[in-house]
Amino acid sequence: MANGKSSFLDNLGKIYAMYTVGFIIFVIGLGIGEKMGMSNSAIGYTYMIITIGLYAVIGISSRTAKVSEYYVAGRSVPAFFNGMATGSDWMSAASFIGMAGTIFGLGYDGLAYIMGWTGGYVLLAVFLGPYLRKFGQYTIPDFLGARYGGGAARSIGILAAIVASFTYLIAQVTGVGIIMSRFLAIDFQIGVFVGLAGILVCSMLGGMKAVTWTQVAQYIILIIAYLVPVTVMSYNATGIPVSEVMYGQVLQKIDAKEKVINADPKEIEVMGLWKVEADKIDADIKALPGSFDTKKQALNDKLAALPADAPAAEKEKIQKSITAFPKTPAEAKEKWEAAKKAAMDKTKPIKPYLQPFARLDMLNMLALTFCLMVGTAGLPHILMRYYTVPSVKDARISVGWSLFFIFLLYFTAPAYAAFARNEVLSNVIGLPIAQLPAWMANWGKVGLVSFKDLNADGILQFYELTIGADAIVLATPEIAGLPYVVSGLVAAGGLAAALSTADGLLLTISNALSHDLYYKMINPHASIVKRLTISRILLVIVAIISAYVATFKLTIIVELVAWAFSIAAASFFPALVMGIWDKKANKAGALAGMWLGFSLCLFYMIGSRFYGLNWFGVKTISSGLFGIPLGFITIYVVSRLTGGAPKDIQDFVESVRIPRGAAVAHEE
Amino acid sequence: MKELQEVSKEQRALYWKKNVRLTTFTLIIWFIVTYVCAFFVKELNTIVIFGFPFGYYMGAQGSLIVFVWLIFNYAFKMNKYDKEFGVEEEEK
Repeated sequence: MANGKSSFLDNLGKIYAMYTVGFIIFVIGLGIGEKMGMSNSAIGYTYMIITIGLYAVIGISSRTAKVSEYYVAGRSVPAFFNGMATGSDWMSAASFIGMAGTIFGLGYDGLAYIMGWTGGYVLLAVFLGPYLRKFGQYTIPDFLGARYGGGAARSIGILAAIVASFTYLIAQVTGVGIIMSRFLAIDFQIGVFVGLAGILVCSMLGGMKAVTWTQVAQYIILIIAYLVPVTVMSYNATGIPVSEVMYGQVLQKIDAKEKVINADPKEIEVMGLWKVEADKIDADIKALPGSFDTKKQALNDKLAALPADAPAAEKEKIQKSITAFPKTPAEAKEKWEAAKKAAMDKTKPIKPYLQPFARLDMLNMLALTFCLMVGTAGLPHILMRYYTVPSVKDARISVGWSLFFIFLLYFTAPAYAAFARNEVLSNVIGLPIAQLPAWMANWGKVGLVSFKDLNADGILQFYELTIGADAIVLATPEIAGLPYVVSGLVAAGGLAAALSTADGLLLTISNALSHDLYYKMINPHASIVKRLTISRILLVIVAIISAYVATFKLTIIVELVAWAFSIAAASFFPALVMGIWDKKANKAGALAGMWLGFSLCLFYMIGSRFYGLNWFGVKTISSGLFGIPLGFITIYVVSRLTGGAPKDIQDFVESVRIPRGAAVAHEE
Repeated sequence: MKELQEVSKEQRALYWKKNVRLTTFTLIIWFIVTYVCAFFVKELNTIVIFGFPFGYYMGAQGSLIVFVWLIFNYAFKMNKYDKEFGVEEEEK
């Protein structure tokens, strides 16, 4: 077997090149199948079965009984391939499906996500990556435990790793369910559990080793799927198939078109109608709680007044609005305020796409960029990937490859957004409602696109159209007039993005529980077999819990994912960085810093989200802005007040700072 | 093969100083391409290259290119310093 393993590692390039070619041939084959009459649903099922089958084969053939292979892939992953694996570990369903749509909607201000989610790797490269590799244990709490003397620091590490990773995991599992249910036309709940099987089959038998080689395979699929549609769209619009360069021209077209729309009397009429709408909602809000009862009653009356032979669809529609109706007057107030704000936004001319700080003010945009960057560098499922490379040297290079592979997608997202916006402004707005393109109806069915002829002129105006952020990437193949085989490819790419991130997160959580909590704190004498068995059992349990939570489709999850970045930024990052860069940082300082950073971050999150707390106008999503500096300052000050770190810890820091020699780890 | 103790204290201090300098340089550039460029985005947008307002371009793509370059630059320089100061990893 040893021979087989090394020949796999020696031939990685060849193996994955063949895999890539094979996948492209498979897609072309499906395209020929479509021409010959293969149905859309057959194409969808073929994609799902083949790709998940591939991941399963890789996962099962990477099974292992060695601790170092299970936790850190035997520390034998070359820098280049670890970069690819980190890329798909990092890019989630939200990056793949949602990012371009966010920029489509927010214009320049949406670039906070682009810069934040890439710039964080610079921090990771210089502050953490190489040093953690030198330390060379299995998990991030391992480092906290060794550096800050044992149990207490390790426990906070375990807690923060689980809190940050679990919310993120639920979002991925939800993403898997949505993609499955849309493209296979199966129930969301079933989609979640089928996806779950896809996740478990990759990680359970082979741990990090299996996850790594699956993530490389998933990266290749997701990047092909992301680049194909937008390249064709660029070719259609400009004659040159390099979207990343050609969208400059499109930006100018968008700008010109927005000015035309803002001056159109029909558009101004619609803006006026939205003002009427907003005033109506405002009146309802002012009349609370009375209006809550009358509106609820009105809906029930409408249902009761429906004639027995009324079409089922109509009845269903009313029933849906009854279920969606707020449960309490307080909830009604929150929902209606949001609706009023949305309506008010549509009373004003379109804010230019290129205008900076039109939707987020400068402070909030910069704060968000900062929190996303620091959060990126503090997320344990990313940090632990740098344990898997053979050396410190490789760890440094590998951060570069990671960002390069992420860059390929993020660099293209603004082009996606621009081409889609140009298409909507130039070729959709102003069309008679009866002649709208087919993709709008297709995505309207799943609620991603909706329109309402407010001024009843039979023509679509800008503010009569609502496009969900997720629709941009998903609908682009159809907008570009590509065959269904490409739509299926995009779905397979989104699935790969969600599955690969879910695998990494799941492993982080189960390792925190099995390695850090069980082996290091509860039963240090456990045998290897027992440790791995417990790891696998926990993996399955955590996966099932996350799938169960995901089936509730809680709307708060999306918000919680954004919070996870601030939490990781305020709790993990200062303690990790100070652990390497400040020799005097000690246990008392780190504990105080982690708790205070975490608490202040959480305090501002909850305060600003629910109780109107407002410091300098900073939004909830950037709560880490206060917790991060507090964490650093606390560690610095408290460590010095409590006499700094003992000699053996300082020696340990010295040993981590240079690549040569062994890292001397101490733990009580 | 040199053990950790055999790398002199002075050598290690010099190595660390080099590292701190490279790290500081990397962070300054990182700060400029993100925060300074975003701060002056309106002024930069008056420059339009190939259809791209420059301020917008830095946020969408320019800063990303610089980030990738920064990390590889850091990695190659540090790997060179390792050898220069005799603190590189032993071959396994």
